[in-house]
Amino acid sequence: MLEVNLAKRAPAVFLAEQAGRGPIDIVLQPTMGRLSFRAKEAALEGRSEVSGLAVDGAINTRRENGDLAAMRLGPDEWMFLCDDGEVDNLAERIAEEMSGKAFSLVDVSHRDVTFEVSGAASDAVIASGSPLDLSLEAFPVGMATRTIFAKSDIVLARLSQTTWQVTCWRSFATYVQGYLADAAKDFAVA
Amino acid sequence: MLLLECPYCGKRAESEFHCGGEAHIARPETPAELDDQAWAEYLYYRTNPKGLHAERWQHRHGCGRWFNALRDTVSDKVVETYKMGEPRPDASNANIPDPAKVRSA
Ligand SMILES: [Zn+2]
Repeated sequence: MLEVNLAKRAPAVFLAEQAGRGPIDIVLQPTMGRLSFRAKEAALEGRSEVSGLAVDGAINTRRENGDLAAMRLGPDEWMFLCDDGEVDNLAERIAEEMSGKAFSLVDVSHRDVTFEVSGAASDAVIASGSPLDLSLEAFPVGMATRTIFAKSDIVLARLSQTTWQVTCWRSFATYVQGYLADAAKDFAVA
Repeated sequence: MLLLECPYCGKRAESEFHCGGEAHIARPETPAELDDQAWAEYLYYRTNPKGLHAERWQHRHGCGRWFNALRDTVSDKVVETYKMGEPRPDASNANIPDPAKVRSA
């Protein structure tokens, strides 16, 4: 199947030499299962979770449950994350649980790639292309939001004070990684 | 940096948003019964006010939702934002700068 092949294909990104040298790590994350889930309040019928994925969190927050994570990107939109091999099972379980309700579930695993940016000055590296206030008060640990990074649309999530996940469409990956690596150069050890 | 208040996400940079033109323009229920002039007015004629203007905005690089904003076309100040489907707010108490003063500033 085309989709399966695409999902298994290595992302078309280069490994910037500078990325690994300084105190900032920019690491391409392994392929993961990604499901875009849309449902209105009425269809959720007060559920706090769907197949183990939290749907009651505030907009722009990320909630984990074991190997699963749910990012609420809008009032009726979530990105569900799971292990690469689990995505078909998870999609079936969600479809079963939501059967008869108005909802949308799309496997977008092959669409996105994620970079983890970590290190003491990681917030400065993100800030080089972001219009957001990245202070802990404005962007606390556990926040996740779609936003703009330089000229690319990304989903930005903060996993710890100094650990970020930057997710972009596959075709933007080279650009985003290059931009991050370039910003990280400022913090590289000469 | 210009900040816009998304009704869902709060204050975010204008670069995350996209403007969709004047708000509160209802598509005619029975377009076939309109004459050319009425249809042209629905499609193209806008109020273009000097002062408060209700506009559609989309938080495109954010939650993706459309909402409405009341913006002063003279000062570019966004007085209020509100969700789609809600009526245009009464902004008569809004602190709108005097256009003459803005121009001379
Ligand atoms: Zn928003």
